[in-house]
Amino acid sequence: MRYNWNWSVLYTVPYLGWIISGLGWTILVSLVAWVIGLALGSLIGTMRTLPSPTARAIGAIYVELFRNVPLLVQIFLFYFVLPELLPREMGRWLKRDLPHPEFTMAVISLGLYTACRVAEQVRAGIQTAGKGQANAGLATGLTTAQVYRFILLPLAYRLTIPALTNEFLNVFKNSSLALSIGVLELTSRTRAIADYSSQPIEAFTAASVIYASISFLIAFLMRRVEARTRLAGTLATGGR
Amino acid sequence: MTRSALFGSAVICAALLLTNTMASAQELYGTLKKIKDSGTIVIGHNEDSPPFAYFGADGKPQGYSIDICNKIAEAVKAELKMDDLTVKYQAVNGQTRTPLLVNGTVDLVCATTTNTFSRQKQLDFLNTMFITGNRLLVRKDSGIKEIEDLKGKVVSANQGTTNEKVLHELNDKLGLGIKILPTKDQPQAWAALESDRTDAHMTDAVVEYGLIAKAKNPDDYMVTGRLLSFDPYAIVIRRDDSAFRSIGNRTLAQLYRSGEWEQIYTKWMSTIGQPMSPELKQLMSMQNYPD
Repeated sequence: MRYNWNWSVLYTVPYLGWIISGLGWTILVSLVAWVIGLALGSLIGTMRTLPSPTARAIGAIYVELFRNVPLLVQIFLFYFVLPELLPREMGRWLKRDLPHPEFTMAVISLGLYTACRVAEQVRAGIQTAGKGQANAGLATGLTTAQVYRFILLPLAYRLTIPALTNEFLNVFKNSSLALSIGVLELTSRTRAIADYSSQPIEAFTAASVIYASISFLIAFLMRRVEARTRLAGTLATGGR
Repeated sequence: MTRSALFGSAVICAALLLTNTMASAQELYGTLKKIKDSGTIVIGHNEDSPPFAYFGADGKPQGYSIDICNKIAEAVKAELKMDDLTVKYQAVNGQTRTPLLVNGTVDLVCATTTNTFSRQKQLDFLNTMFITGNRLLVRKDSGIKEIEDLKGKVVSANQGTTNEKVLHELNDKLGLGIKILPTKDQPQAWAALESDRTDAHMTDAVVEYGLIAKAKNPDDYMVTGRLLSFDPYAIVIRRDDSAFRSIGNRTLAQLYRSGEWEQIYTKWMSTIGQPMSPELKQLMSMQNYPD
């Protein structure tokens, strides 16, 4: 009953290469999904605060739809079910000719899911910025679009940086689900190393350390961003 | 007592203890000791590998490997003279197999594990209980006969398996330009093949027969091509535990000798329509070590 520790398995060929390429895919999937999530999430979040009831309804439906279905199920639906619902030719194109189908589907799926979470943060940010700000803007003759562009959104983003940091970290951790449709990201590579080498503890320790390091790095960078974008006399600075 | 006297008596105690253990060579150790002390033997098993180890309609693990492991549990029960031995089951997979064995959660793993030297650095295996190898699972109307027919096609293999390794090696060696889809598990690989996302799935031939047997329309699929690898399946145990290994191997030899092994084979392999091959029978007869 003893475990043969062998940390050198982590830097032997081909396992080191696997860890590096796995990390590469993890970063790529997460960053692209984050760009989609942040852009779409900002749009949906803004829609949820607009005066138009239609825009608000669309935003609400989107958020409830993506928030209430497990991400793993969503990834499967996109990968396996969507191509079957489309016309035959399009479905076949999705399955066979789409470049890097696993990666593309994983990124879209993770991006859309992240968008619903970002949307809620942005909506909360806009609402915290306050009706007073919006009304003051409108009173000075700005249009609704201008009020959002120059007053509400800049305030909302600053207010929600800590919450958005959290979502950014979640994207990295959620990206491990991409392995379920065949993206060879960090977790998938770790599992393979664990199985091939029979040194699972070393492999999973390495993966944990890498994920944690990424998270620390992001948290650190986002704190810098928060400090640099802080505006004196706004809610973001609190009582300071 | 002075300090040196204390030290002296400690040395004597240790020496006594040592000679005592050496004197009784028959004393239980390792897995057998653990089973004796806890009154329980824990069988680790796969959940999704019919007909070797999977959940039956009654929710209990069943299959070829499970039957063999139950025989081993019976042999342990007889050896230790424990009428009240409890047999417990614990699901494991390729990633949890090693830690759960090493930390003592399970005592043996009954699945479809290929015996390899790299795994032997961490684990030990009983004698071979089944032999299979990689072949191709394809749709009948695909016209694919051998791996050479897969030029430029999409083929799946499960992540982290020896199958995936073999596929990568052959793809490079034969210069086939196969697009490899690394699937997570058998159900996902099947879904990909069924939905025409892939042209073939590569895994152990016997597993492929199992997948076809479970399909909605089994007549549309077939296992094709030559054997592309050699995969001897064995039950996995902890290292440095020859007493337990000996009981396991003795049980296997007795199964081969008495013909019970053939009954177990027929019982499970008939469910996937795979008859006994003369080669397998001969290879198995080589495991028949005398008592």
